[in-house]
Amino acid sequence: MSQAEVKPPGPVVEMLDVSITFGAVRALDEVSLRLLPGEVHALMGENGAGKSTLIKALTGVYTIDSGRVVIDGVETQFATPAAAQHAGISTVYQEVNLVPNLTVAENMLLGREPRRLGRIDRREMNRRAAASLQALGIDVDPASELGSHPIAVQQLVAIARAVDTDARVLILDEPTSSLDADEVARLFEVMRRLRDHGTAIVFVSHFLDQVFEISDRMTILRNGRVVGERLVEETTQLELVQLMIGRDLQVLERLDHAAHEATEETSAEQRLPVLSAVGLGRKGSLEATDLNLYAGEVVGIAGLLGSGRTELARLLFGADAPDTGDLTVKGSSRRRLRSPRHAIDRKLAFCSEDRKAEGVFGELSVADNMLLGLQASRGWLRPIPAITRSTLVSEFMTALDIRPADPSLPMRSLSGGNQQKVLLARWLITEPDVLLLDEPTRGIDIGAKTQIQQLVADLAEKGMSVVFISAELEEVLRLSHRLVVLKDRRKIAERPNRGIDVNDVLEIITGEPGGLVEKEWADA
Amino acid sequence: MSITVPEEGLLARAARFSPPRRYLPVLGTFALFIGMFGVGGIRYEGFADPQVFLTLLLDNAFLIVLAVGMTFVILTGGIDLSVGSNVALSTLIAARTLELGWPVVAVIGVVLLAGTLLGTAMGLLIHYFDIQPFIATLAGMFLARGLCYLISVDSIPIKDETFSAIAFGSITLPGGYYLGWTAVFALVIVAVAAYVLSSTRFGRTVYALGGSEPSALLMGLPVAATKVGVYAISGLCAALGGLLFALYTLSGYSLHAVGMELDAIAAVVIGGTLLTGGRGFVIGSLLGVLVLGTIQTFISFDGTLSSWWTRITIGVLVLVFVVAQRVLTRR
Repeated sequence: MSQAEVKPPGPVVEMLDVSITFGAVRALDEVSLRLLPGEVHALMGENGAGKSTLIKALTGVYTIDSGRVVIDGVETQFATPAAAQHAGISTVYQEVNLVPNLTVAENMLLGREPRRLGRIDRREMNRRAAASLQALGIDVDPASELGSHPIAVQQLVAIARAVDTDARVLILDEPTSSLDADEVARLFEVMRRLRDHGTAIVFVSHFLDQVFEISDRMTILRNGRVVGERLVEETTQLELVQLMIGRDLQVLERLDHAAHEATEETSAEQRLPVLSAVGLGRKGSLEATDLNLYAGEVVGIAGLLGSGRTELARLLFGADAPDTGDLTVKGSSRRRLRSPRHAIDRKLAFCSEDRKAEGVFGELSVADNMLLGLQASRGWLRPIPAITRSTLVSEFMTALDIRPADPSLPMRSLSGGNQQKVLLARWLITEPDVLLLDEPTRGIDIGAKTQIQQLVADLAEKGMSVVFISAELEEVLRLSHRLVVLKDRRKIAERPNRGIDVNDVLEIITGEPGGLVEKEWADA
Repeated sequence: MSITVPEEGLLARAARFSPPRRYLPVLGTFALFIGMFGVGGIRYEGFADPQVFLTLLLDNAFLIVLAVGMTFVILTGGIDLSVGSNVALSTLIAARTLELGWPVVAVIGVVLLAGTLLGTAMGLLIHYFDIQPFIATLAGMFLARGLCYLISVDSIPIKDETFSAIAFGSITLPGGYYLGWTAVFALVIVAVAAYVLSSTRFGRTVYALGGSEPSALLMGLPVAATKVGVYAISGLCAALGGLLFALYTLSGYSLHAVGMELDAIAAVVIGGTLLTGGRGFVIGSLLGVLVLGTIQTFISFDGTLSSWWTRITIGVLVLVFVVAQRVLTRR
């Protein structure tokens, strides 16, 4: 590690005109990136802009097609992540890339275990791990199994591992997405300390406030190209967003108006509910809850993490069996929906929050992923005619602006936001009456987020009943006609979304004036 | 940083002792083994004699060594179907080269080399061509079995004196009990393997691979070397097992050890190793083999039970253990 007062003048990493092509997709197009020692460098861009690809090109996961990577003035191309790590470039990837079946200490020091006479010195290993964890203020027993801890802790352990290698370049890809405010503050403290010791830190995040708080400089990518390199202090959030998405944000404002106009209409009308739950509950996941859903209405579910948001959606869809209560779909009562299959038959659709595990078939093509829902509801014996297939697919590719616009690509090659759109399309193709969306905009960029919000508003206008669950309260308030507030696995309030702002909801949840707890809300 | 543990009575600590979850399957197998021996001891005269246990080790020495190699492979989430055929091939190479008058050291060297090469070749296929372990080792299984016939269609007896001496040699334990050399050797292999898995970087990488291969790769671990390595180790263990089997039967034959790979897999599973990888211990596999052996001992002591009860019991046990693991690891 270099002394703080004599900083080496040149950049520690310089990527020049780097290009990478996957099949027909140009993932990186002559991208250049400069990292100086002792700076936090934010890498900004929408999903699919090429941030992850750029990182993987630097760390030897992908081989670059053209361009140069210069480390400390020497042209280098790492063949493997191990080689990059060895050269002092450590990465914490978006998904926790550790092994759950080993202990915390083993995960931190895997491959660099302290040894005595060739034997792993377990005591020394635990001691070293404990010391580095303590330095980061992480309170975890190093001898405990990693998989027994929540994701946020695992993420911190991953960061501790990267920090522990005495990295000269530390790459943090979305490190804060599963951390709460305190943990973020602690992480930033660590980042500042490392920066002051001369480490170059690459910081990727969708949270603009965090980027502006911690970063010194930023490089902005769009569609695999660099669209700007700025000093953070000379840039406003608005400028940044405009660079990132290449269009302005008026769409959002229009949405605000649309939702509130619709509110007036809906409440004026009295109609039969499309889906009605009476006393629906399940031990350990949700207390008995009443809820009516009407056509043409967006019901927003607000609540902190663990308040029962996802559990409610799963009960409504029949993914979990309720212990109590009745569920009536369009007047035909049933004690329970036996299975998701049953729910699909009754024109319900559920977009899970965990799209990786519960939605995406990575190896199948985009078109296949899109048509799965329809095929399932038709039954496997009635294939969809080729013409219908291609018409439907191209229609929804255009309608949802899915990029790249090639339905034959494997699903896994799409960015998170575009995968989410494909999943939405899967359900929309089945023409559901009720659409249950659990965190449909999590982890995706502002551009795709706006498009999905717009879509939700449009669908409701066309008569669909939508349940919208999101940890972002602004988003829930912007879209919903009616707001249901959950707390501690119980419905605590239900009211029309008129003149409610974030503080009001916080007040409902906490029973305190909202302004004080706004920060805590951001954790959820 | 030093941690001072407050003084505490041994009894109090023992009362609070609850083993970490990951040891539960092994402890379960251990309890099963003890239980079976206990029942045997009550039901049949002479069953509880320590010599019965020592003979159990001797009779299953080759299977213990096979199961050790299989444990490495299964811990990475793979499988090796070739070990049974590899055993047969090893017995034949040994018998044939001895027949040709090769010195014993050279015979052992050639056998170990052949087995390790077969394992390494399959490992290379699995890693670099991304072929499923099931398929690659299935091919290896047919190949090795076929090569046996190339060497000899008939059984070749082993008449070498050194071999016979090792085969019948034993160490005498206090109390007049004796333990065959081959059993001692198998136990040494178990000890070495347990050390490698728990206390070397290679061993930890094996577990990491079983936990998540993409993560292991991104953590910069030597994935390729480790993955090829476990199949090489399995091949080496199969060759060692083959030598022990040749000593046990004093012959080389192409129909030796048919289906033995499945016994090895069953032993590993009964020993509590997760078939998806990342969890398990060599000591468990040893216990797994002993449980299988005890079932056979049971049947020979009883005299009225037919030998197919061995298979039926193994089937039930494997099923019970797989289901138990599911339940234990669900959360």
